[in-house]
Amino acid sequence: MTKELIRPLPRTWWLRKQSYLVFMIRELTSLVVFAYAALLVGMILTASDDASFSGLFEFLESTTSVVIHVGLFIFAMFHTITWIALTPKVLVLWRGDEQIEPDVIAGANGILFLLVSGGVLWLVLG
Amino acid sequence: MVDRAILEVYRYLPDEETESRFQSYEIAYQDDWVVLDALNYVKAEVDSTLSFRWSCRMGVCGSCGMMVNGEPKLTCETFVRDYDTETIKIEPLAHFPVIRDLVINMDDFMEKLPTVSPWLIPDEERSVEDGEFLQTPAQVAHYQRFSMCINCMLCYSACPVYGLDSSFTGPAVLALAERYNLDSRDGGKKERADAITAHEGIWECTYVGECTQVCPKGVDPAGAIQMLKLSYSLDWAKSLVMPKGGGGA
Repeated sequence: MTKELIRPLPRTWWLRKQSYLVFMIRELTSLVVFAYAALLVGMILTASDDASFSGLFEFLESTTSVVIHVGLFIFAMFHTITWIALTPKVLVLWRGDEQIEPDVIAGANGILFLLVSGGVLWLVLG
Repeated sequence: MVDRAILEVYRYLPDEETESRFQSYEIAYQDDWVVLDALNYVKAEVDSTLSFRWSCRMGVCGSCGMMVNGEPKLTCETFVRDYDTETIKIEPLAHFPVIRDLVINMDDFMEKLPTVSPWLIPDEERSVEDGEFLQTPAQVAHYQRFSMCINCMLCYSACPVYGLDSSFTGPAVLALAERYNLDSRDGGKKERADAITAHEGIWECTYVGECTQVCPKGVDPAGAIQMLKLSYSLDWAKSLVMPKGGGGA
């Protein structure tokens, strides 16, 4: 039997194509979404303690925090938009004999996202 | 019209060499030549030692898949004239062991294919006298796009998950599983569950999506895998709520 040649994938495989790179960014930005979730949990946990809560708020109002949040917001939006764009692949719905257009599924998810975000803003600012 | 191109072809001759290398062939090609025509020209006129697979020459058999300038392509559908680079690099399909030159070992794919029972498993036995399984055009539409697979394995070459871990069942096999799960004549969803939901099955897929991009038949394996994830997750949730009646197909 002849010897077969195995060609292992290099560690830099994700730099070979733009689509691989976009995938990696989408995956990494999920950490940003996790960071936001952790912050929310932190706010809930410190809400009962005035000193801790105001300490956390003081940090959030600092210039460093605002700069970090602008960056995190951009990454979180990238993750959200690319995630919503993928939803029609997962959610294939039929109305009788006709498949509902992928744009309708993605659009509905986008609107739902905006409504929930608006609701949260209203709760925080209202 | 005749033009010129340089084919930079991956060579691996295991009986004579221990390493692979590239060999250049300068050819004069006609406007209607596909890459496979160019390789057949080299084989017939320049270097008869070159090895590669092909059969139908019309995008049906799925034999002539190769990497052309780094992209998985059916070489019978890829025109030489479409490459504006002077050199066209031709390599064996990525992520598979190379037997010789452009010929890969496809045993792994062939072994995985039957694990998801890609055939109709009717809910109940029917005799010939019962007649055919009738379907409406709408019922066909549910699975048709997933039924166009020609087993060319381009999707495996595009999938970095398979490239990093070849135990992954892979795009084409899972798309075929969904093709039968969605068929109104089929009742085998539960029977396929173990293979599909195994660690090396759908949950290995991180949704890079390149399998869908390179599919020459528009099958959308990435979509099929995400649909399988949702479908089996819902079955699992139903089985928790309704242990006796839920979780079925």
